[in-house]
Amino acid sequence: MAKNKLVKEREDVVVRFAGDSGDGMQLIGSLFSDSTAFAGNDFATFPDYPSEIRAPQGTIAGVSGFQVHFGHTDIHTSGDKADVLIAMNPASLKANLIWTKSNGIIIVDSTTFVDKGIEKAGYDTNPLEDNSLTGYTIVNPPISKITIEAVKDLDISNKVALKSKNMFALGVVLYLFNRELDSVNEFFEEKFKSKPLIIEANKRVLKAGYLYAENVEAINPTYKVKPALLKKGLYRNITGNIATAWGLIAAAERSGRQLFLGSYPITPASEILQELSKHKQFSVKAFQAEDEIAGVCSTIGASYTGSLAVTSTSGPGLSLKSEAIGLAVMTELPLVVVNVQRGGPSTGMPTKSEQSDLMQALYGRSGESPCIVMAASSPSDCFYSAFEASKLAVEHMTPVILLTDGSIANGSEIFRIPKVASLDKINPPIVKANDPDYQPYKRDENKLSRPWALPGTEGLRHRLGGLEKENITGNVSQSPKNHQLMVELRDEKVERVANYIAEQKVIGDDSGDLLVVSWGGTYGVMLTAVEQLRKKGMDVNLAHFKYINPLPKNTGDVLSRYKHIVVCELNNGQFVHYLKSKFPHYTYERFNKIQGLPFMVAELEEKFKTIIEKNNK
Amino acid sequence: MEEKALKEIPQLSMEDFKSDQMVKWCPGCGDHAILSSVEKVFPQLGIRKEDFVVVSGIGCSSRFPYYMNTYGIHGIHGRATAIASGVKIANPDLSVWVITGDGDSMAIGGNHFIHVVRRNIDLNILLFNNRIYGLTKGQYSPTSPKGIITKTSPDGTFENPFNTGELVIGAQGSFFARAVDKNPKMMVKIMLEAAKHNGTSIVEILQNCVIFNNNTHELITSRETKDDNQIHLEHGKPMIFGKNKDKGLVCKGTKLEVVKIGENGITEDNLLIHNQYSEDPGVHNMLARMTPPFSPMAMGVIRSVKQDTYNDSLDEIIKVSKETSPLKTVDDLLTSGNIWEI
Repeated sequence: MAKNKLVKEREDVVVRFAGDSGDGMQLIGSLFSDSTAFAGNDFATFPDYPSEIRAPQGTIAGVSGFQVHFGHTDIHTSGDKADVLIAMNPASLKANLIWTKSNGIIIVDSTTFVDKGIEKAGYDTNPLEDNSLTGYTIVNPPISKITIEAVKDLDISNKVALKSKNMFALGVVLYLFNRELDSVNEFFEEKFKSKPLIIEANKRVLKAGYLYAENVEAINPTYKVKPALLKKGLYRNITGNIATAWGLIAAAERSGRQLFLGSYPITPASEILQELSKHKQFSVKAFQAEDEIAGVCSTIGASYTGSLAVTSTSGPGLSLKSEAIGLAVMTELPLVVVNVQRGGPSTGMPTKSEQSDLMQALYGRSGESPCIVMAASSPSDCFYSAFEASKLAVEHMTPVILLTDGSIANGSEIFRIPKVASLDKINPPIVKANDPDYQPYKRDENKLSRPWALPGTEGLRHRLGGLEKENITGNVSQSPKNHQLMVELRDEKVERVANYIAEQKVIGDDSGDLLVVSWGGTYGVMLTAVEQLRKKGMDVNLAHFKYINPLPKNTGDVLSRYKHIVVCELNNGQFVHYLKSKFPHYTYERFNKIQGLPFMVAELEEKFKTIIEKNNK
Repeated sequence: MEEKALKEIPQLSMEDFKSDQMVKWCPGCGDHAILSSVEKVFPQLGIRKEDFVVVSGIGCSSRFPYYMNTYGIHGIHGRATAIASGVKIANPDLSVWVITGDGDSMAIGGNHFIHVVRRNIDLNILLFNNRIYGLTKGQYSPTSPKGIITKTSPDGTFENPFNTGELVIGAQGSFFARAVDKNPKMMVKIMLEAAKHNGTSIVEILQNCVIFNNNTHELITSRETKDDNQIHLEHGKPMIFGKNKDKGLVCKGTKLEVVKIGENGITEDNLLIHNQYSEDPGVHNMLARMTPPFSPMAMGVIRSVKQDTYNDSLDEIIKVSKETSPLKTVDDLLTSGNIWEI
């Protein structure tokens, strides 16, 4: 019997799917994201998966999660705590309860809440029965049981049937948010083309979840989130790693260069290599090297021949590449190094995010070895950052280290698709054959970049190498004065990039009380926190940095216009140290989180409020 | 064997490849002879001088690119093969030569070395083996013979050395040849064969370090002993050697044995015939392994087999992808999959 249905409107909602790492949580998370896109909402997602491929089933170590934050208003983060938690077993409930709002809806598979599962999760008593979940709305269908029931007349085993149980959970959630089943059913038909039984099983289980939710009293009201007011255009959902790969492809197109990637698989950067391996139709050459060093060295070789040359890695991999990046500094060849940061040092926390490679990017090489260092702000910004890193590398003939991080690399948000022709043209300083004025280290007057002479071109034969070179001629030189000159020129070349990048913007007022400073992948959460406090009338402003070396020219000016500065970063204070060294006359407060977790909007707001209150005493 | 199609031959000479930089190797160093052999080989290849790229790592031999008037990169220690791989993959039209030493390629660069061989990237790798670290002034190398006393092995080394040929063949090598610095004619001949081979060509050049390991290859270079301690392999010819051309090689079990023609009824017909194109590496391995004074050192092209190169395969996939991919433009890529309009 259908219940009396209530529909409530919400500005934004956070849904978290959690289960065993084999339960297909990433899949239903992304299917729910697609459905959210069709509903016209703005959204952002984040997967939270363990570093083990298949940790022991049913344990906390094996829990995999996927969070979706969607709304009618602009969404900049994957959300603090969940309004709705889907927990496919006791371990996933235990691991994710702290990420769920205290009045949230929790959907569990009650079939799994039996002695063995409860014990494996580390519970003493059954949480569904011991009143520990008071305050939450619990929806506890026997998902596994209903799943088997729904497909019992199909010729498939229980084991195969249970693979579809995630679709039951998805069906419940789709009902909860008044969504259609069509897009998911279309997915089944496409995905399992040659397996009609599997299509049918998944469709039935999805429907069973939907109907269960329709009939159960616990799900009332349901919710509706109105479409977001987004700028007109074509949109898609994109993760940071895919956006990085595509930004590089776009840069190759706009520079007229072949794209070469030399890389070695490493979490969480591997998707860049994987994605670029797929696009040979654009002549992309993605070389899976034998190690990180060969990844960057092959890239330097490709750069010498005139390719847009890129290497991708994560923290420890960047350490291995240091020496070769020094070679690129010395040979003044363009090189893009994408470093998807993770928790370190050493192997650290490979699947957790951190911003702790800033110092390594700035200083982690022998000798005086300046590189351009920049950082992407969000999943979709990875596209533009990768594009710009490529542009700066080839136009200024220097290595560029682009820092992203595990959060934005694996997280997704919606991306307004640009026309490739609308992107900047990239102009590599390639020398024409037989140019009588060509000298390997004769520099561009403004940029101080040296010319790019490509093997195969008549009249430009020259040798590069790691030994110090004489200015202009490029001959090997160990002359004391020449070395000082060359060190200064390489430094000045990178400094002058400041003339070619955007000035630092501030979100908020031109001057005021508190300036929040942040950089890289924390943009979404910083923006959300600052905007929310500003709505409450607080004098909080945000300077979020994308360019680290060189800093935008107006950085000192920006810092001077606020009474207080707080630098927030997911490390132990690397950017604040850097700012202190550049602008020692300001006082910086700091907020550092080093837990392998992103900042939460709530904790940032709390911190900023405390600072303002303290300072106004 | 099918050889690479050579382009129309421009008239070039040794002079076209000499750079204006002073050659700074020690007087008497074997490297001088190798440089001069390479300068002789390049003009004979029918390749434009702009299409050569010479890549090196670190070590005495690695100064080489500065002495050649070609495009070149003097890289970092051990990484020449990795850098050269990038050069060749990115631009397959270039003739890429790697200059490396026993330390550069088999110690610090060992990983890159075996992988470049495995991938069969079309590089010509000249490996100068002087069995010592020269540039750092006399420490033992991964090819130093067991027991050698050096600055870092005052009691004699107790490490097993690599045999370059075995390492190359073990790494699926398609081409391995051995030459010696004291025989420039042989070097030139072998380098020409290496250049024509489509794939990774490893030419091990036994080279003398006059300062830190003088006469390390004495047995196969001195006038008195060389003929009895090296065998010049030629494809299709019986394996004969010796001052009097009266010794030969036969296969006994899993080993090659030296026999004397005329003794125990042995005639030329009993000797092994060299087949450098044999895909089975069995005999090639045995040849590579031979070491004086127990058996002669095998010189010449030991192995040269036809295999697809990395670029052959990659370029074919690129060609097919261009024809078959529904994504013709980068705009197609950006709008592929689930998109929606607002």
